[in-house]
Amino acid sequence: MQNDVEAHVRDKVDAIYRSDSRRVLATLIRLLGDFDLAEEALHDAFAAAVERWPEDGVPRNPRTWLVSTGRFKAIDRLRRSSRFDSADGAALERFVQDEDPETDDGVEDDRLRLIFTCCHPALSADAQIALTLREVCGLTTEEVARAFLTPAPTLAQRIVRAKSKIRDAGIPYEIPSLSDLPDRLDSVLHVIYLVFNEGYLASAGPELTRESLSAEAIRLGRLLVELLPEPEAIGLLALMLLHEARRVGRTSSLGDVILLEDQDRSLWNREEIHEGVTLVERALTSRRIGPYSLQAAIAAVHAEAPDTASTDWAQIVALYDLLLKAEPSAVIELNRAAAIAMRDGPAAGLKLIDKILAMGDLEDYYPAHAARGELCRRLGRVGDAMAAYKRTLELVTQEPERRFLERRLMELDSRR
Amino acid sequence: MKYLCLIYDNESEWLKFPKEVQDKYMGEYTAFGDSIKKSGQYVGANQLQPSHTATVVRARNGKVSTTDGPFVETKEQLGGYYLIDAKDLNDAIQVASRIPSARFGAIEVRPVVERTSA
Repeated sequence: MQNDVEAHVRDKVDAIYRSDSRRVLATLIRLLGDFDLAEEALHDAFAAAVERWPEDGVPRNPRTWLVSTGRFKAIDRLRRSSRFDSADGAALERFVQDEDPETDDGVEDDRLRLIFTCCHPALSADAQIALTLREVCGLTTEEVARAFLTPAPTLAQRIVRAKSKIRDAGIPYEIPSLSDLPDRLDSVLHVIYLVFNEGYLASAGPELTRESLSAEAIRLGRLLVELLPEPEAIGLLALMLLHEARRVGRTSSLGDVILLEDQDRSLWNREEIHEGVTLVERALTSRRIGPYSLQAAIAAVHAEAPDTASTDWAQIVALYDLLLKAEPSAVIELNRAAAIAMRDGPAAGLKLIDKILAMGDLEDYYPAHAARGELCRRLGRVGDAMAAYKRTLELVTQEPERRFLERRLMELDSRR
Repeated sequence: MKYLCLIYDNESEWLKFPKEVQDKYMGEYTAFGDSIKKSGQYVGANQLQPSHTATVVRARNGKVSTTDGPFVETKEQLGGYYLIDAKDLNDAIQVASRIPSARFGAIEVRPVVERTSA
């Protein structure tokens, strides 16, 4: 009987850990002003719950109980450690006084504070990503290290440095003021998108996708939209969902790349496409249309088309024009050129791609050479196509992409 | 917290500016200095002589070596600093972004180590 109660409580604690530990941590960081102390306090609080709840019963508001227990445990730790001598008594008092009547708004603000602090632009992009996955998503250091193919000690070091910069440089635990919000939000969106892409287009190694990272990024995107429904946050979530929806069609069962035009569109996830399209529409009605929303709109056109031939390429070109205005970049020019090739034929696209390559910025960017190879192939310029694919092969590190290119080269060789 | 805002400017570009542009720029500096004095964030500030006046001193094994110039050739040189009092880094970034040179050069914001007096 006693064992049953304990097992039941432990399940309950596990469930609360999964659903609420990040919220509790976010509030503890605010109350204690220190990441490490807050993490210790979080663990102490859950350990106390496992110990006390079987006897005392599960409190009516477990989260409040955990925050307040965590805080007291932290104060205990500080009293016991030499970190606080009598001179720091005032600081200790401040923690004690800091308990606030908790509202749900306050808790959600704490989560947003945590996101903005982890993604502060004064931290390096690597550190922002590591810290966000560790603190906001609750991944272990080992999990983050594995996902980024980084040795765990390197990653641990990165997190330690980031935390000490937050402390020593005085990076505040706050939601940015309205005037800073656009810039600071950009930085958060960038981190989420980098995490997504790392999962979606793993930059090296045998597997083309590392799904858990993409799923984590989508979860983060949802959280951000829930906490701060800014148009570009909505646009980014839509973009990730629309990419994710088409993940299964991108590779064969052997892990080989399948081009958009050859993909079996019945494999695409209709539910995610529907959600993505609805979000795009919501982002576009805001009239503050940014690069993520435009990219999502492009992805939506693809996702809703039954095949490449009946895709609305004119609309895609128009969206790329807007995107170029919002965010001029050679990579976007390249994508626009590929869309033009679909709208006006391969010769028109090739002309643009050659112009872009001549500018030099994309000389080492393999998709530029791959696109050139593809258009030359369609035009029957076998020699040029082979040269472009060979150049692509020199630049590509992913195994499935290499296999695809080698296959293409063999086909072309047989046509000579 | 105290932050040191180090001002990096391109000296040779600065010398190429016509006199009235230089005057306007210095006027902006005066206005900026007044504004942070008024807000109570000003602790100290100085403009430095150009980097060719710099001397680098090292003491190794009791031997002092003196060389000229800054450590590395860069496009931008340390031209001056403000020492400010700010609530936190975001506050300091706010102030640093208003330093006139932020528009042409760069401002490095460094927190100052605060030692509690024993």
